[in-house]
Parts: sequence; C-alpha cells; structure tokens
Amino acid sequence: MLNGVGREVPDNVKAFVKSDDFKNQKRSLIDKKKKQSKTVFFDELKLLFDELNISSKMTLSFHHHLRNGDKVIELVSEEVQRRNLTDMHFAPSSIFPSYKKLGELIKNGNVTDIHTNYLNGEVADLISKGFLQGKLIMNTHGGRARAIESGDLPIDVAFIACPTVDKIGNGHGAIGKSACGTLGYCISDLEYAKKVVLVTDNVIDELKEHQINSEYVDYVLVVDSIGESSGIVSGTTEITKDPIGLKIAKDCANLLDYLGLIKNDFSMQTGAGKTSLAVVKFVEEIMKRNNIVGSFASGGITKAYVDMLEAGLFKNLFDVQCFDLDAVNSFAKNKNHIAMSASEYGNPFEKNPICDKLDFVVLGATEIDLDFNVNVTTDSMGNLIGGSGGHADIAYGADVTIIISPLIKSRIPIIKQKVTTVTTPGTDVDILITERGIAINPLRKDLLDKLKNSPFPIYSIKDLLDLTYKITGVPKQIIPDDKIIGYVEYRDGTIIDCLRKINYESK
Amino acid sequence: MKGIAGSKESNDCLITIESSVKRKIEINSIVGVFFYDQILKVVEDTLDEQGLHNVKVIVEDKGALDYTIKSRLLTAIERMREDV
Repeated sequence: MLNGVGREVPDNVKAFVKSDDFKNQKRSLIDKKKKQSKTVFFDELKLLFDELNISSKMTLSFHHHLRNGDKVIELVSEEVQRRNLTDMHFAPSSIFPSYKKLGELIKNGNVTDIHTNYLNGEVADLISKGFLQGKLIMNTHGGRARAIESGDLPIDVAFIACPTVDKIGNGHGAIGKSACGTLGYCISDLEYAKKVVLVTDNVIDELKEHQINSEYVDYVLVVDSIGESSGIVSGTTEITKDPIGLKIAKDCANLLDYLGLIKNDFSMQTGAGKTSLAVVKFVEEIMKRNNIVGSFASGGITKAYVDMLEAGLFKNLFDVQCFDLDAVNSFAKNKNHIAMSASEYGNPFEKNPICDKLDFVVLGATEIDLDFNVNVTTDSMGNLIGGSGGHADIAYGADVTIIISPLIKSRIPIIKQKVTTVTTPGTDVDILITERGIAINPLRKDLLDKLKNSPFPIYSIKDLLDLTYKITGVPKQIIPDDKIIGYVEYRDGTIIDCLRKINYESK
Repeated sequence: MKGIAGSKESNDCLITIESSVKRKIEINSIVGVFFYDQILKVVEDTLDEQGLHNVKVIVEDKGALDYTIKSRLLTAIERMREDV
C-alpha cells in the first residue's frame, strides 16, 4: 500500500498518513515502574547479569550522550557475547562508529533487532548490507520517547551511563571525569524500563541536585570508566571556512531577517555542523545590530549558543544533549541553561513540547525531492548514514523549517525527483537554501507572498533540479533491492518509509 | 611516458596516463553507480580530441564534475608529453 508520502509499505504495518495525524490519536501510557527496594550497588557486570537474569530475546536500551566515547554499550555487548545470548533486541538512542562490539553481535546473530534514532560507522554499514537478521527501526528522538511510554518499545533493562551517582542512586550528567552534560535521551528509559541500571565511574556521597531520580533506579554498576572524554565532546566548534557554506549561511540569516523572524522573543534551533554554526554567527550579528533578545534556543547545545546566552541574547537554552565542553559547563552552572527530556523536546503527545514552540529551525539534508521530502537517513545509494534524530520532530513543530545545503555534494545532486528514503515529510519543510538559489515549498503561499519582491534568488525546486543536471549530468537511476531491512518510523509510530538492503557496493 | 594530474580530494579526481599498446580506460569512482558512462565519455572524447589512441588512463574519481575531469586529463596528457 502507498502511505501518505507515496511510499510503498507492507500492508501489515501502520502506514504514515500525515504529520499531524497524531491529533486523531490518543496518548497511550504504560504504568511508570515502581521500584520495590533500595538501589543496589554492583561492581561486576557478570554478577549484575545474573541478578537481572538477562537472557536471550531480551530488550536492552542505552543512551548516546557519551557519543563516540561511549564504553557502556561495548561493555554490555561484551557480556552478551561472552554468554552467547541470542536474538537480543538493542535500543540505543543512537549508534556511533566506536560501537565495534555491537557490529560483531549483529554478524553473529546475538543481536537481531535494533531500535535507534541515528546510526553511522561500521554498524550502519553492516545493517545496510543486510547482516541484521531481524529489523532496524529508526525513530525520531521524540518518537522514541513516545514508543517507550506507550509500550510499543518495551525495555527489559535500561543501561544508563551516568557520569556521577550518589549513594542513594540519584544521578547527574554534568559532574565527574566523564561529564557529558544533560541526559535528555534516557528519561523515558528511566521511567518505563522494567529494570534500570545506572552505570557510573564516579560515586559521591550526596548530590544536591540531580537529573536522574533514584526512585526509578534499581541498580548502580560502578566501573573504571564509562567513556573516553575525547570522544564524548565531539561537536565542532569552528564555523565553516568553505565559501559555499558561508554564502548559504549568510543568505539564510538574511532571509530570516527579511521574513521578520529575528524579532524579540523569537526561538530557534539549528544543527551543530560547521555551516549551521555560521548561520548562528550571522543571526547573532543581526540580533546585536537590532538589539534583539530572543526567548530561547534549543537542541543539542554548542558553545555558540552558550556565548549568546551569556551575552544576554537569549533568555534560555533548552538542552537535550550538550555537544561540547562549554555546553556541559554552562549547564552545570547557569540556571537559564535548562535540561529537557526527549519527550519534552519532541514527543508529539507531550503537552506543549519545545519543538512546537520554535519559530524557525535550520536543518541539513542528504537529499530533498520535488515534494520537499527530506532524507537524512541514507545516502543516494541506500547506505545508512544517519537518521532523523530530532529532524522530523522540529520540522513539524517549527513555524518555518529551512533546509540548507550545497546543491551538489561530490557530483551527487541534493535535489531528487524522489528521495531515496523519506525521513521528514515535505509538508513540514518550507524553504531550501542552496548556493545557487532558494526554493520555497508551494504549500507556503504566505512565504512566497512575502518574498515576491525580495532581492533573493527564488526559484522553483524543479528549476533548481534542472540547473543541477546541467552541471552534473543526469544520474543513472538505481534499482533498490527487494529485501526490507527495516523501517523509518515517523514520530507517531507510523511507517513513513522502508529501508532496503543496498544493491550496490560503493568503491 | 607517463603523466599524472589532480588529487583524491572530494570533488576532484586523480588521473594517470601512460603510453600503451592500445587504449585502455580504468575508472574507479565514488559516484560510478550514477555517472560511470558520463565519466567514460568525457575521457574518450578528450582522448579523441587529442588524437591519442595508444594510452592507458586511470581515473580515481572523488565526485569531480566533467570539466574538472577534462582539465585534469589534459594536464596529465601535457605532463606525459613532457615526460621523455
């Protein structure tokens, strides 16, 4: 059957209808767990596995706040391998190149099913090639919270890396040698997993403030190290030097200004890439020039936003994960730098999630098609290279969603007739800014009207595609493999697209 | 006789050309799935223009556009001709 973005999906799945269809559905909540006794401390994972009776076919969850420095998922993976447990279901909120052991577990059939929001590196390559025996489900950040709280994604044991834990089992993310800042992505796991284990390398007597409430914590596992700090803070702090990136960023900021979106009390979110940082820099300049004070910036927070908070340019930061050490330190000391859970960030059923309050967001894309559907999940050959993260959540929530990208990346046109994989539906994507022109989604007549006599180079997206083809030539159509290896799940739990095994090896 | 031009940077290509008993073109491209035929055509057309038939060309392509491929090839040809 064809779903709401015209994608063929199997009849036995809940097909995507439209991005606001969740309004026709009711929030479904399983009971939050109630802890029976005091938090118990362990210092050996083996003994904890015995205590929890972790066995084949169970679902284990993890968060990705330690990113490419994470050691917790590797540690648990080693124990799963040692016990030769099979048909396990892993639900890490993201998967990074350092998760090598998980790759082995997939190849050997120890792990057969995965829920995640973003993945790259070896695990992504293996799954693209069809090594995962079950299915890969790709959620959004908000959608993962929804899946957990509704019982769609039941978790047997949540292993929550936690940089500091106190003696009763409260936890904090911004203190300790492996500090990573806010812990927004694990809050649903904490509240709804059947059993919760905090994994830490720093135990102190008492935390005055905590992010993790011991009420939900069954066990604490104390290890030597939960992460490599150099991999934890992996965000870029430099703005782009690439002239194409700078031009796009400048046009983006000027367009936002022209549309009157940079006004007092406005709110924004951007990605953390180098071009996004350039956008932030140019927006900051406009704010200073016009004495604008914004309401908030949200998302993964970087130094750029911390500086703006400290300069009084924003009243608050809402932070689901810190991208660099400046953000970690700011969160630890600044009351106006506020942690948010993935649910508060982007769960469609949350009352007033932060994503819905955003005036505009600036996002990237691997591909965008003539219907403005965006792919950030696979490359043009179908290899898994990322995932929604919060992309679809904030694209839905924000009043104006802007995609910035060069028109061509290594000869590959970013505009397609049809994207390889739909991550974010085109109805939620309003503007595409490239170095050679800007396209407005025809659904946004209001924006087209406002820009009618503007100095910006506005084209139809089809014109931009034709222009691209003049430069690159028309790429040969590729035929996707028949084998479905997983699904892209929209925030409400419906299937927006299928993931297929790759048919071509890149050289 | 041999000539090399270009680089393996993104959006560029490294081209090696040398004399051979017959024309041989080898293309390794990160975008070969989409553009192999077009890359081959640019190389063949440029060799024809230059009247070169007995050469072996290796293209290691990182997503270069046609004009980049052509200019890298022309430079490689010049260098080959200087290489005596």
